[in-house]
Amino acid sequence: MYDRGKIIAGLVVFAGLTTLPFWYNIGKARVRPDPRLDTPAIRQMKEKHCIESKRFMIEYHMQMLNGWRNAVVRDYKTTYVSTSGQYFTMSLEDTCFHCHSNEKQFCNQCHSYADVKPYCWECHVKPGEEIAHGQR
Amino acid sequence: MKLLFAFISVVMLAIIPSIGIGYAGMQYVFGVVVPYVAVAVFVAGFAYRVLNWAKSPVPFRIPTTCGQEKSLPWIRQNKLDNPSGTPGVVGRMALEILFFRSLFRNTRTELRKGPMLAYGSSGWLWLAAITFHWSFLVILVRHFRLFSQPVPPFVNVLEGLDGFLQIGVPTLYITDILLLAALLYLFIRRVAIPQVRYVSLVSDYFTLFLIFGIGLTGVLMRYFYRVNVVGVKELAMGLIALRPVVPSGIGGLFFVHLFLISSLFAYFPFSKLMHMGGVFLSPTRNLANNNRMKRHINPWNYPVHVHTYAEYEDEFRDKMKAAGIPVEKE
Ligand code: HEC
Ligand code: HEC
Ligand code: HEC
Ligand code: HEM
Repeated sequence: MYDRGKIIAGLVVFAGLTTLPFWYNIGKARVRPDPRLDTPAIRQMKEKHCIESKRFMIEYHMQMLNGWRNAVVRDYKTTYVSTSGQYFTMSLEDTCFHCHSNEKQFCNQCHSYADVKPYCWECHVKPGEEIAHGQR
Repeated sequence: MKLLFAFISVVMLAIIPSIGIGYAGMQYVFGVVVPYVAVAVFVAGFAYRVLNWAKSPVPFRIPTTCGQEKSLPWIRQNKLDNPSGTPGVVGRMALEILFFRSLFRNTRTELRKGPMLAYGSSGWLWLAAITFHWSFLVILVRHFRLFSQPVPPFVNVLEGLDGFLQIGVPTLYITDILLLAALLYLFIRRVAIPQVRYVSLVSDYFTLFLIFGIGLTGVLMRYFYRVNVVGVKELAMGLIALRPVVPSGIGGLFFVHLFLISSLFAYFPFSKLMHMGGVFLSPTRNLANNNRMKRHINPWNYPVHVHTYAEYEDEFRDKMKAAGIPVEKE
């Protein structure tokens, strides 16, 4: 083999980069997201059911919110009829956070795990947050 | 024909996990076994190929020189195009690897009316190639969010820059568009230019389709047919911690994505994609042009047994004289 030193060094770097996630996570505790549902509003529900099926909410809630936003802001449509025939006001703060009033233990559980930082909170308020200028 | 064959192969690769997941419940096979095997083949095959290349001797410096070599002190050397030492070579390699400089200098010869021979830059190939490679890298680095906990800040910076347009939710990533557009161009170039189509092989189309398939399934997953990303991350974190778990209800599309990626990784060492390692070993790029400054000895030189003319004459002088052949020494 020629240039042995350089070749071996290059291959070590290559193998290190390919297995980087493994090295990066060694010794780190394994956390699982744990979205909590015990809020006053949900505790009062007889049938614990979100707006749509649980699977649909997990996969599509962001697109649903986007659809709501467009419907409200662009078309001034404010009611959403779910597949099961229930009516909901299309509002991030008044609807989602009415039931999920524990943003930190709910939305944020998943979001910090999956590394998503919705920029919505630049304008919208999370439950329990101080409103900057004293009005809404 | 070749195109069709490559296309059908990729479609088959996409169908295999769909059937395995949809009808046979083989989540563990496609979520754990296949990725592990693919990565093992990738790393071992890659190392094997590189070690194999390293066995070929490079007896002489053969850089392609595109500028003035180092000579007399008052003649200006082109340090990057004709390096004479390690720093120059590093600079040249960096430009090659990061910016594909030699592809950028690619020219096209055309016979124009006149008749006149014209040389023009063919920058489109370079543009598509560099767009594709950088987008791929950015996407790969962004995927690190699925493989780390906590996610390192540079990934967030990259996500912020890439999603800078803030179009829609989930935010549109610019590199997703660029990747697919560049691949589309590279494909169209292959079929639209007759000469390029003539030299294209099945493997050329296959890699293009395979990577396009990976990009397409990724884009579909993010913007259209969403999957449970939290579940995917649990799977990914389990894989890298060597304690695999397959959470239920991830979504079939993800397994197609993963299987195509596994195929890509496993196929990599056997394919032209090895240029990823090969570019570092290209002798015309990574050798300093110091042919006239240093003596390079051919490593496979063995002591050659020579029989010089003087010795020959010594041996046969008498016979030569007898035959009337002139000799040098009497
Ligand atoms: C009427 C009360 C209510 C409203 C309004 C509501 N949710 Fe839910 N949500 C629930 C309940 C109850 C569950 C648990 C469902 C289950 O376990 O089947 C749930 C589950 C979810 C889940 C799945 C969590 C998990 O365990 O993985 C998500 C995501 C979610 N909701 C998001 C939202 C979003 C986003 C909104 C606003 C668009 C919203 N929800 C509005 C009551 C509500
Ligand atoms: C630049 C500030 C800003 C950002 C960022 C923003 N919004 Fe809004 N949003 C608004 C304003 C203003 C309205 C209109 C409120 C009204 O008409 O009552 C609105 C309305 C909405 C509505 C319907 C009305 C309501 O009360 O909720 C939804 C749903 C919504 N936004 C979702 C989102 C989501 C999801 C995000 C993040 C992806 C987001 N918004 C980011 C400013 C913003
Ligand atoms: C089951 C876990 C889970 C829960 C609970 C959850 N989310 Fe999400 N959310 C996600 C994941 C995962 C993504 C990112 C998907 C991706 O990257 O494609 C996301 C993305 C989003 C986005 C789009 C962000 C962007 O910029 O792309 C918004 C907005 C959002 N969630 C709002 C909410 C709100 C509001 C709640 C609480 C009511 C909530 N989510 C609860 C998992 C969850
Ligand atoms: C060769 C490597 C890979 C390429 C080129 C690739 C390409 C892509 C692309 C282009 C997207 C669209 C969204 C984005 O850009 O983030 C995507 C999404 C996705 N990829 Fe990959 N991918 C690769 C490897 C992987 C691996 C190894 C996994 C998991 C084990 C994975 C899981 C996902 C998931 C879950 C999404 C959806 C993300 C979301 O919804 O936000 N990918 N991929």
